[in-house]
Amino acid sequence: MYYIIAIVALVFIILTGVVIARLQNVLKSVKSNEQDSDDLPSGNSFNATMFLVVLVLGGIAVFWSYMHAREYFLPIASSVHGRRTDDLFWFSMGVLTIPFIFVNVLIFFFSWKYQYKKGNKATFYPDNHKLELIWTIIPAIVMALLVFTGWKAWSDITGEAPQDAEVIEITGKQFNWLTRYSGVNDNKLGNYNYKLIDSQNEVGIDLSDENSFDDFMGPASAIHIPVNRPVLLKIRARDVLHSVFIPHMRVKMDAVPGMPTKFWFVADKTTAEMRAELNDPDFNYELVCAEICGMGHFSMGTKLVVEDEASYRKWCAEQPTFLNSYPEYLAKVPDNLKAKAMKYLPEGSVTSAADTTATGGGVGSGTSSLR
Amino acid sequence: MSAVVGIESTHEHAEVHDHHVSQNFWQKYIFSEDHKVIAKQYLITGILWAVVGISMSIIFRIQLGMPDSNLSWLKPILGHWISDAGKLDPNFYLALVTMHGTIMVFFVLTAGLSGTFSNFLIPLQIGARDMASGFMNMLSYWFFFLASVIMFASMFLQTGPAAGGWVIYPPLSALPQAHPGSGMGMTLWLASMAFFIVSQLLGGINYITTVINLRTRGMSFDRLPLTIWAFLITAVLGLISFPVLLSSVLLLIFDRHFGTSFYLSDIYINGEALPNVGGSPILFQHLFWFLGHPEVYIVILPGLGITSEVIATNARKPIFGYRAMIASLIGIAFLAFIVWAHHMFVTGMNPFLGSVFMFLTLIIAVPSAVKGFNYITTLWRGNLVFTPGMLFSIGLVSLFVSGGLTGIILGNSALDIQLHDTYFVVAHFHVVMGAASAFGLFAGVYHWFPKMFGRMMNNTLGQLHFWLTFIGIYMIFIPMHYVGIAGFPRRYYQFTSYDFTHKFMDMNMFISIAAIFTFTAQFIFLWNFFYSIFKGKRAPLNPWRSNTLEWTTPVKLGHGNWEGEIPAVYRWSYDYSKPGSVEDFIPQNIPYSQTPESNFPHENDLISTEKEIEAQNFNDQFKSSH
Repeated sequence: MYYIIAIVALVFIILTGVVIARLQNVLKSVKSNEQDSDDLPSGNSFNATMFLVVLVLGGIAVFWSYMHAREYFLPIASSVHGRRTDDLFWFSMGVLTIPFIFVNVLIFFFSWKYQYKKGNKATFYPDNHKLELIWTIIPAIVMALLVFTGWKAWSDITGEAPQDAEVIEITGKQFNWLTRYSGVNDNKLGNYNYKLIDSQNEVGIDLSDENSFDDFMGPASAIHIPVNRPVLLKIRARDVLHSVFIPHMRVKMDAVPGMPTKFWFVADKTTAEMRAELNDPDFNYELVCAEICGMGHFSMGTKLVVEDEASYRKWCAEQPTFLNSYPEYLAKVPDNLKAKAMKYLPEGSVTSAADTTATGGGVGSGTSSLR
Repeated sequence: MSAVVGIESTHEHAEVHDHHVSQNFWQKYIFSEDHKVIAKQYLITGILWAVVGISMSIIFRIQLGMPDSNLSWLKPILGHWISDAGKLDPNFYLALVTMHGTIMVFFVLTAGLSGTFSNFLIPLQIGARDMASGFMNMLSYWFFFLASVIMFASMFLQTGPAAGGWVIYPPLSALPQAHPGSGMGMTLWLASMAFFIVSQLLGGINYITTVINLRTRGMSFDRLPLTIWAFLITAVLGLISFPVLLSSVLLLIFDRHFGTSFYLSDIYINGEALPNVGGSPILFQHLFWFLGHPEVYIVILPGLGITSEVIATNARKPIFGYRAMIASLIGIAFLAFIVWAHHMFVTGMNPFLGSVFMFLTLIIAVPSAVKGFNYITTLWRGNLVFTPGMLFSIGLVSLFVSGGLTGIILGNSALDIQLHDTYFVVAHFHVVMGAASAFGLFAGVYHWFPKMFGRMMNNTLGQLHFWLTFIGIYMIFIPMHYVGIAGFPRRYYQFTSYDFTHKFMDMNMFISIAAIFTFTAQFIFLWNFFYSIFKGKRAPLNPWRSNTLEWTTPVKLGHGNWEGEIPAVYRWSYDYSKPGSVEDFIPQNIPYSQTPESNFPHENDLISTEKEIEAQNFNDQFKSSH
């Protein structure tokens, strides 16, 4: 990479040198015959030539730099919708490259071709409605095409998540991500309330909701998700705006305090598959923050592990539920649900806690069956 | 040429100016009500701000491109923001990014560009003695000055200036405990912006009133130069959108100081759950972008207006599709108000709303394309004279088209998911509104410098300045698109934290070097500008052989612009290279009756209306008020 940049830089430095040298010559010649020069500014034909030179060299530089930067473009997409938006991106880029080249070539070429020549007179050509109609309608048609393809993709991506989607809650805070999984038993996240947040209950899990009993907090080291199954991220923020950005999954959605957002996607390559594909045993998916959130913004990220269903299930089963980690929160469970909550407590604490809540548990099971 | 030089000055009106001679230094140069002096005040302030703003970008480009470099040499300026190890403080990095954006968007490209040229050109090109209200115009500048002082002062705070990005999204900007820059720095930012908006409104009301009421005899709307059309529409945009920013700023001030919850809800920070509920941070984004999107057109439209004028003059050819140019200006301005939410596709906004805004956004490409093609057709079969102003105008068209095209990608909500808040966005808007508007500013300065200061800028240095800047801009921003496509998020202090940004190190270095190169090239302009004010060659009456009215004024023009009567206008401003005419330009104040050899049949019919035009009211402010 270095050598390409060096060469491109060299080209431009040489170009700069040429410009300066030529302009100095022009300047000298102007000074010598300043008297008889007409009202034409000095260096007119030189500037006209420069347009052509810059067009050719610039075109080469753009093409060349593009070809060499290409290997680092959009990292390989690992989600189903990601490949679709990638295709759309390159299709749009392809379409737009045509006017990019066409317009710039015309601007630069005309500048050279129609440079001032003594005795020439410009063509008085104030309008042509047919021409103007043509270049109003053609962009309109191209835009309609791009809008339509984009709109279809957008509605599919932002549509409702499938029923069987794995629900994971991700909460942004300065400066890391907290994940809560909906648990091995009900695939439902319990309620939360930001006023319940404390140093252990970091996302404000509301333990009066029985759905929260089997919820578990993901470890800080990595977020795990299953492959080939829809994953629904329920996104929240605790303090300021953040934004969930998973570059390889083409996932981005802001995390907004007070307004839960969501994004669902299907990852279809496990971390192991990507490692094999890239031939890079150290490869990891990453989840980072894309909305300015303060000093640690640039390092507010975590790893994302995509694994097959079996190992994901196994991993989930190994994670201690929130109640298991912090059994003292049993006190926050309403009496009628304590019996249900009990089975998520760690082995040792069950007996001691059971004594105090035996009666309440009985009532609890009664009400839940009534529902 | 003698027939074309202009209306003879009549001596009977000379006494009109007598009372202005007695002005002292303060009245004449500081608290002046003369639109030309106010324009120069805006221009010089804008240039000083540009130096500050661009210098900031160089500091953070060094941080991004050469992350290992030792910045101890900046310690004398930045003090404790550079650590003992010579590293830039991450908080200050964010402050730099924020201030760069604020300064460049508002203080340089809004006040410096629109403030300068609306003030300078509106009275001169429509044939008025001054703005409708000289006093309000003066207030407008001094409110801007006050805003500048406050913003400048905020940079010297111990906690640093505002640092939440130029968009100052709450809650980050609302909570001092979230970031040091959200303390006093943000308070001053908000105060400064409030005064800035007042300044913009005072200016904008003046521009609109002046264009509508003070046009000279015969200057109908379809004879207005496109510059004036652009300034008029820009002023309308500002007048409608800036009050919305003011209200969003006020609500943010309430949230910060008076415990309201407009933008705050469900926040737990620093071990404490805040009592605010029911607010929405997204509300702020809607309000902000309701200004913020028109703002990018407030920045670019004057540039397009200036370009239209400069290209037509130096191509020696009428602007192609004058009416289509006006229609597209109006179309762009209208659409500018109904596309703001394309900045918010991934904020969790209703996806249906996203579809609507995507559709509306991509429509803007149509009037923009019309403008691009019309400029190109104006070049076609012209007789191009490459003055520095012309070079920058051509450069503007290239940048406007190149940068506009990537906007079509970003306006597509499905593609925006990946590209939002990456360097692709940064590259896109820097090309299409940053660099393109800056080119408009340069074109305007080079073109109207003779009128402003009565002297010429050095032509060769101007051309050199153009080529270095033009090549430099593309060298910075084309590679920056590549970095964006690779997914690099913006406002990152460094890229070493992640694997996916562990590439393009050399590309980022290249961008930084190109930025420094381009920055250095601007000193050619600075030198040329300040040197020429005092030592430049004396300007002739009409150096570019242009048609518009400002070139009928004397080279050294006093308050009131014309020494005699204000000239009447008989034709549009684009009669360049008219068939039959000996000269390749016919100024607007030449009646058709004097040019029978070049008149078209329908123009011969207009000769009979010339008496009517001459008999019209003078609209001469000085005469009626004294």
